Amino acid sequence: MLPIGNYLFLSMALFILGVIGVITRRNVIVVLMSIELILNAVNINLVAFSRLYGDVAGQVFALFIIADAAAEAAVGLGIIIAFFRNHETVLADEMDLLKW
Amino acid sequence: MLDKVIFYFFAAIAVSSAALMVTRRNAVHSAIFLITTLLATAGIFLQLRAEFIFIVQIILYVGGIMVLFIFVIMLVNLDVALHQLKFARQKWVALVVVLALAAQVGVMFWTTGKMQGQVWPGLNAAPVGKLPPGNAEAVAQSLFGTYLLPFEIASVLLLVAMIGAVVMAKKRA
Repeated sequence: MLPIGNYLFLSMALFILGVIGVITRRNVIVVLMSIELILNAVNINLVAFSRLYGDVAGQVFALFIIADAAAEAAVGLGIIIAFFRNHETVLADEMDLLKW
Repeated sequence: MLDKVIFYFFAAIAVSSAALMVTRRNAVHSAIFLITTLLATAGIFLQLRAEFIFIVQIILYVGGIMVLFIFVIMLVNLDVALHQLKFARQKWVALVVVLALAAQVGVMFWTTGKMQGQVWPGLNAAPVGKLPPGNAEAVAQSLFGTYLLPFEIASVLLLVAMIGAVVMAKKRA
């Protein structure tokens, strides 16, 4: 294992790229994909610290995060399909039903 | 040395394809680059000797979640979106948020670097413990022993998500 700082920097880079995607992209599907990227960056941290301390609990929590990501993707994509069926758009700034 | 080469190889792939994922106009291209990132991350997991997470990452993320994404991208007609503005007009908000994030992380690294030799290992620390051999077995022992209740709660969460997705995507009667 390399020094822990390497993994933290990699995780930080992926996390920040994911945040950029969430904030700037218009396509809601790409926003959801960026959220997956953020969750993945957190997983790298958990697994790296699990190796650092020799405790397998970090990997168990990474598994929970993966399960969460699957649930979130299923529900999010379901919402997108339902919205697209009614309003013919997947662009975030055209989803302004609650705006007046 | 080999560890280093493997790590930097996969890290370079992960970061560069993540950057491409955020910037591509076509959602299908974004999905492909996200798959590359996830596979490279799986390589990092293997380099960390987390074999079980490595397999789960490939089967579940790349084989399950990303296939779902591709399906939805195909289902949702994106030809219109292709010819329109890619980014929302939030560049400055994004810049401020990212700078704040980077500043936070920088402060974290800086304070951690000063705390060498404390209980908390510094950034250059070598492993302080050893993982038991037989990764899948160790994960299973922990998952079905200490974390049995969270495991069951996760199964309920998945059931709820499944029902929610079906109800949401189903055509109105």
